[in-house]
Amino acid sequence: MKPIYFDNHATTQLDPRVLQAMLPYFTEHFGNAASRNHAYGWEAEEAVEKSRRQIASLIGANAKEIVFTSGATESNNLAIKGVAEMYAEKGNHIITAATEHKAVLDTCKHLEKKGCRVTYLPVMGDGRIDLDMLRGAITDQTILISIMYANNEIGVVQPVAEIGKMAKERGVLFHTDAVQAVGKIPVNVIADQVDLLSVTAHKMYGPKGVGALYVRRKAPRVQLTAQMDGGGHERGMRSGTLNVPGIVGLGEACAIAQAEMPEESQRLRGMRDRLRARLEAALDEVFINGSMEHRLPHNLNMSFAYVEGESLLMGIDDIAVSSGSACTSATLEPSYVLKALGLGDDMAHTSIRFGLGRFNTEAEIDYVADKMIAVVTKLRELSPLYEMVKEGIDLSKVQWTAH
Amino acid sequence: MAYSNKVLDHYNHPRNVGSLDKNDAQVGTGMVGAPECGDVMKLQIKVNPETGIIDDAKFKTFGCGSAIASSSLATEWLKGKTVDEALAIKNTDIVSELALPPVKIHCSVLAEDAIKAAINDYKVKQGAAPLLQAH
Repeated sequence: MKPIYFDNHATTQLDPRVLQAMLPYFTEHFGNAASRNHAYGWEAEEAVEKSRRQIASLIGANAKEIVFTSGATESNNLAIKGVAEMYAEKGNHIITAATEHKAVLDTCKHLEKKGCRVTYLPVMGDGRIDLDMLRGAITDQTILISIMYANNEIGVVQPVAEIGKMAKERGVLFHTDAVQAVGKIPVNVIADQVDLLSVTAHKMYGPKGVGALYVRRKAPRVQLTAQMDGGGHERGMRSGTLNVPGIVGLGEACAIAQAEMPEESQRLRGMRDRLRARLEAALDEVFINGSMEHRLPHNLNMSFAYVEGESLLMGIDDIAVSSGSACTSATLEPSYVLKALGLGDDMAHTSIRFGLGRFNTEAEIDYVADKMIAVVTKLRELSPLYEMVKEGIDLSKVQWTAH
Repeated sequence: MAYSNKVLDHYNHPRNVGSLDKNDAQVGTGMVGAPECGDVMKLQIKVNPETGIIDDAKFKTFGCGSAIASSSLATEWLKGKTVDEALAIKNTDIVSELALPPVKIHCSVLAEDAIKAAINDYKVKQGAAPLLQAH
């Protein structure tokens, strides 16, 4: 039996309806969207333009403001490096946050080596940035604020509209990595006053390898230095033959998400809350990481104190989730996102991220809850820390042997 | 990550889980590691005063599956050994028995440290000089 898939922040299953929409564009409609002089090119271009409209509709943009990319990593790179280069004469300061995805953080680190100055805002205990701190960080050299819409580990939604308003007032461009939010919660680039926004198809039941960058055309007209030179596709911002089947898939995924979001987000929220309630009713010493109020409806990130994350994952090997524990990552460091919330390494080691999705069922929620409760209970019987806490020992006062 | 069958067996059926009375003069307790490192092992031995043989051994471990397996295996090996025989158990023996990959060698080191710490505690209780700590 394949494991139950509760890792929908990592990627999602392709919706069969999306696949159906894509298939003809691999075979009969195989044209190059840039071929202007025959029907093969025209039908490919028509499909691409339809997708542009579908994406734009989902985020409140104009179709002309959508630039296709290979995914959100490329969109983030293009937005941040493209602004840094284009607006170098205006300033060299970028503001971002400690809990951003590596595609943003490492892009910023790269720019620091090229002479940019970057402020990495800390986050508050609930995972949101402090708006006063952001206001204080803006200088006359600031050209870009890049703050994610919703976090991939803890699902915490940032005060995007407030950030957009502040950026506009100070004449600073605002980019948001919205891969976890688009298609899941209402996102509107007008209401949020966003200038650049990254999306990817595979987080919303579309195919991997295709994404888009929204680039505002009016008030202000955002310009970017291209990071990929070539045939001048996508208004010169991103050269390269368009991935027509992928783009069709991205558009279809957006259309489905837009039509089904109200119902789907409510269903997922209900399932997520049921999982949380069952775990909290059966287990003591469990903690939610990040704000519950400002959170994606399909995310739950919990620390199961005194149980190490990897041993927990081993016990639930028929459930696909991810852990903030060091042992599951190549870096041997526990999640930097959880640490940014102020969690100690000990609590970060005990965290599990549940990411629910379109294809999960109520029965799966109950199975996962039962299994989690059984495994956590078993591992706590094995845990010297849980035993000590139950004996009334304050673990912070214990002299541990450094290792 | 793929676990060896022996690691899985110890994880699914840990041997000798539990606690002995740490105030008992015949019991030695070793606690090594730290919560922020993701591993804490508590290992206890109970030595028969007449024979000098380890009659009972118990463990509790906070850590990954390999850490649990290393300490579970250690308790199995400790039972029936004299204290001096127990001191001869090396982390490399645990590595080869459990087929631990390189990234999990520290789990076996921790288990060896826990054995030594438990024996040290026992010896101190018996009025002997403490062992020299390797770490």
